[in-house]
Amino acid sequence: MLHIVACIKQVPDTKIIKMNPKTNTMDRASAPAILNPYDAHAVEEAVRLKKKYGGTVSVLTMGPPPAVKAIKKCIELGADEGYMISDRAFAGADTLATSYALTKALEKIAKHQPIDLVICGKMTIDGDTGQVGPGIARRLNIPPLTGVKKVVEINKEKGYAIVQRKLEDGYEVVKSTLPCLFTVEKEINDISFAPLPNMIKAARYQPTIWTADDLENVDRKQLGLKGSPTIVSKVWAPPKPEGGQLLEGTAQEQVNKLLSIIFEKKELFQ
Amino acid sequence: MNFDDYRGIWVYLEVKDGKIAPVSLELLGAGRKLADKRGTELAGVLIGSNVKPLASTAFVYGADVVYVYDDPIFEHYRTEPYMRALHDCCQKHKPEVLLYGATPTGKDLASAIATDLPTGLTADTTMLDIEEDTGLLLASRPAFGGNIMATILCKKYRPQMATVRPKVMKALSPQPNRTGKIVEEHISLREEEMRTKVLEVVRETTKKVRIDEADIVVAGGKGMGSKEGFQLIHQLADALGGAVGASRDVVEAGWIDHHHQVGQTGVTVTPKIYFAIGISGAIQHVVGMQNSELIIAINKDPNAPIFQSCHYGIVGDALEIVPLLIERIKEELPN
Ligand SMILES: Cc1cc2nc3c(=O)[nH]c(=O)nc-3n(C[C@H](O)[C@H](O)[C@H](O)COP(=O)(O)OP(=O)(O)OC[C@H]3O[C@@H](n4cnc5c(N)ncnc54)[C@H](O)[C@@H]3O)c2cc1C
Ligand SMILES: Cc1cc2nc3c(=O)[nH]c(=O)nc-3n(C[C@H](O)[C@H](O)[C@H](O)COP(=O)(O)OP(=O)(O)OC[C@H]3O[C@@H](n4cnc5c(N)ncnc54)[C@H](O)[C@@H]3O)c2cc1C
Repeated sequence: MLHIVACIKQVPDTKIIKMNPKTNTMDRASAPAILNPYDAHAVEEAVRLKKKYGGTVSVLTMGPPPAVKAIKKCIELGADEGYMISDRAFAGADTLATSYALTKALEKIAKHQPIDLVICGKMTIDGDTGQVGPGIARRLNIPPLTGVKKVVEINKEKGYAIVQRKLEDGYEVVKSTLPCLFTVEKEINDISFAPLPNMIKAARYQPTIWTADDLENVDRKQLGLKGSPTIVSKVWAPPKPEGGQLLEGTAQEQVNKLLSIIFEKKELFQ
Repeated sequence: MNFDDYRGIWVYLEVKDGKIAPVSLELLGAGRKLADKRGTELAGVLIGSNVKPLASTAFVYGADVVYVYDDPIFEHYRTEPYMRALHDCCQKHKPEVLLYGATPTGKDLASAIATDLPTGLTADTTMLDIEEDTGLLLASRPAFGGNIMATILCKKYRPQMATVRPKVMKALSPQPNRTGKIVEEHISLREEEMRTKVLEVVRETTKKVRIDEADIVVAGGKGMGSKEGFQLIHQLADALGGAVGASRDVVEAGWIDHHHQVGQTGVTVTPKIYFAIGISGAIQHVVGMQNSELIIAINKDPNAPIFQSCHYGIVGDALEIVPLLIERIKEELPN
């Protein structure tokens, strides 16, 4: 029986987020909060592994109270348990402080039931650093396997996992001891349709919520803004390019003009 | 932590196919500027098996010093042994700044090490500067899907670390006679203690031109209408001897595979000519191609944002314009 924990984050849907052109800030209210798309694949994979090998799937998030919604979404996807850590003390965390707080929560979860595998998304769509997963792995002192695109085998008795890790021009097959941590690519699976019983369970589900005081052996200096070495000093809208010249005339004339422009780069066409 | 103990700008030299990866050479170019401004030396860290001969390349591209960890245990990249080596090097020689390419390997290594040192790590940087007197690194990066740029600082920890996107910085032109100092380092690692093993490496080589290396990229978007319409993009690319690019929506629609996606979550390209055809010009797409030398957009909507990011534009129906273009090119370039 495996115990798999997927780490998930609620994020603004950056595809439709609007910018306030005057202040150069994001109008967060303009974008609905969603489960980070990569994390949906992390949960899906955890649930598939559970179906194949038996076990339980827990999900963990750090976030403000409305993030409960993201946990409910994971219950719909088939997770068994949800944990959330939520406290002002966690606010303003960079990736180092985020991985610290999540690791403390994972240690507490592991006391109930030891963890065999942690699965994170490849990255979020808001901070999009991809640094939290490897950070958790280092803190738990387990191997990080980033960019997993396929899980080949998990063998708890013999204590190993075999996965395919995506590379720039292909992939590699890696064997690791268990427990370990995966960060997953989107191509690892297609999200299944949530069955009705899961939807009903999710609607009623209340996750376990912990504050910083509920976690054990926490060094408060390592939490939130205080525990974050990086500082966002300035935020601005990316410079708008000036815009180009539109070619005029009939389609044929436009095409002829375009050709004379590209053929100016003679070296390309010799 | 005494900041005066931390000196020098470092670049992690990623090795790919037995050579120093292009992004690392770009970082040596960027690092050289930072080192000169700060009046300090530029060093590279080279980890691998039989990699010592590569140090000379780093000198030719601007490094003053190269630290080398050469051992069979480093044959394949694995987080654990590489991290232990680089961590060892940082503790011994204390760099002020350490840069990595934002490649799968560079990001993996940097994230792990940042946790152990510990220090701050700025992700996917696209602009770098340094304060001459304090040595504070100003690393700027796109976030929130490219909707904003943010400058990230790490004031209280050293080294200051950043991963930097490939194809954004410029490598220096090589100076064949330039040399430097090689410092050989060792760390005792035993294979039996390693918790991961690479069983197999599979290269998915395509015969086609790699889009990040092509001089001409012809990219198509949802405006091509269908998978069949998208074939025009392939035909135009063939006629010009270029590579095919795509927007994310096209990839998601299954018209072409992910290797062709240009943009924030795809590849960054800087060809001599970039065509954006039936692509709206979302910021996430534009960040992946905006440094191309000549950008040409074809879109039927005169208000499409792509016209703000191109050098020349044609307002019109791609399904009409592209066939004309292919026909004319075939006349002009019979082979
Ligand atoms: C504009 C801006 C720029 C930033 N740049 C940096 C930077 O360069 N360096 C830096 O250290 N920090 C940076 N941050 C802070 C960073 O966004 C936060 O630390 C954030 O809490 C986690 O980072 P991420 O969103 O990048 O996660 P990622 O590392 O991209 O997330 C990877 C995976 O980790 C897990 N995960 C991440 N966050 C949580 C969570 N809260 N709960 C549960 N699981 C989680 C998920 O599985 C997720 O898929 C930046 C923040 C802003 C607003
Ligand atoms: C976190 C995040 C990461 C992302 N990463 C990427 C990325 O890496 N790369 C990327 O491309 N996108 C990325 N996106 C998606 C991006 O926001 C856009 O949704 C996407 O680029 C749009 O693709 P498109 O231009 O092909 O489609 P659309 O936006 O649908 O645009 C189609 C265009 O075609 C034009 N058109 C229609 N018919 C014709 C015709 N017959 N002739 C000529 N023109 C026509 C239309 O006027 C329109 O401008 C990302 C989004 C998010 C949130």
